[in-house]
Amino acid sequence: MALRGNLRDFTVTQLLNLINLANRTGTLILDGPSEQAHLAFRDGKLAYARVGKEDGSLALVLHKANKINANQYRAIADRAGQMTDKELGLLLINAGYVTQEDILLNLQKYFTDLVRKLFTWVEGFFRFENEILPPQDRINVRLDLENIIIEGSRQLRELEHLQDEIPSLDMALKFTDRPLSNVNLSVDEWKVVKFVDPKNTMRQIGKTNGLSDIEVRRIVYGLLQAGLVEMTRPAGVVQAPNPKQFPTQDKDEQKTLINKLIGRIRTL
Amino acid sequence: MKTVKMVVTGPFSAGKTQFIQSVSEIDVVATERKISSDEERSVKSATTVAMDFGRITVDNDLVLYLFGTPGQKRFDFMWEILSEGMLGFIVMVDSTRPETFREARSILETFRAYAPTPFVVAANKQDVEDAWDMEDIRHALRLDSNTKLLPCVATKRDTVKEVLLQLLYSILTEMDLDK
Repeated sequence: MALRGNLRDFTVTQLLNLINLANRTGTLILDGPSEQAHLAFRDGKLAYARVGKEDGSLALVLHKANKINANQYRAIADRAGQMTDKELGLLLINAGYVTQEDILLNLQKYFTDLVRKLFTWVEGFFRFENEILPPQDRINVRLDLENIIIEGSRQLRELEHLQDEIPSLDMALKFTDRPLSNVNLSVDEWKVVKFVDPKNTMRQIGKTNGLSDIEVRRIVYGLLQAGLVEMTRPAGVVQAPNPKQFPTQDKDEQKTLINKLIGRIRTL
Repeated sequence: MKTVKMVVTGPFSAGKTQFIQSVSEIDVVATERKISSDEERSVKSATTVAMDFGRITVDNDLVLYLFGTPGQKRFDFMWEILSEGMLGFIVMVDSTRPETFREARSILETFRAYAPTPFVVAANKQDVEDAWDMEDIRHALRLDSNTKLLPCVATKRDTVKEVLLQLLYSILTEMDLDK
């Protein structure tokens, strides 16, 4: 039977485990919240990965790792044309820009980071295509999945814990009375702190700063634990009255009703 | 006949069913099942899987229903359904079981996100010797000073009444603020 389904029922970690145990060859395609990911495997080992618009090419990976600068990256993209990544790699090694080890380590790191990012995808669909083999024009690695799976499970536990602590990102934050003056915050923590205001939901803060849901939760959890902020309902959001709440929409009648309830409960 | 409802929520075995039973004029309609997990069985033998349901008739024209939510996380799909149209909610926490405080905090935040209705927190089993102090519970649940945290013994009607009354007073205050 085709390996396909919903990420709500099957986590990325479980999928990697299955591919690893069955020594599968092919490509796992994940349709996430806003991007699509392609993970190619050979004999149960990760060979290649790309997510969204990034093509996972050697030039891109080396550029991201600061092994080649922006001009060199552009020049390669313009002139390398039909050259495969293997040919490009040989060219760069022979020209003394990188070593073979540099290339392999950076590709492994890039692919591992991409897979790590996928662990936070809990919504979306997946399918495994046996016929789509790891791309021949790219340099394929052979990454054992065990360590990635262990890390993924750890992240999943962390995510569950954070979701328990902060169930909804649609709540806002406000400062407590504790001063922020003697607190050492990281750059990302400052990004969040800068927007702490009952008018901003945590989801909006994350979106403004380009932070994923788990990153926002992780930062907010730290701030909550330190007693620097507390969660509050977003201010200024006009909630439509729930007609089911009261049998009448007349404010005075509603008040009378509550007073009747108070009277009754006092007599119990 | 007009009906209104309040929701009693909280972690597994916090005393929600008992709370409702203490003030309901009917035997609580409880959908309880025998507990399957060993860990949970050591705490109590049956648990609510869908909801508890109690009733207080106010007069010929008005009835208050009390709904108790299932405490176990795997039944949390029921929470949002039960919270629809509630006047307010009560979060119950067992003062002698600090291991449930984190879950109580999570449930509280979940319900706060569902609807902007008033709520109070009831610290159950305050008559037991190893119950946590109210102030310590307040810190553990990260409640601000404006949130009502009330001592409660779910088997004693007077304390249950006081929790319900405090919630109703909060609802009145909120209505006045809206004006």
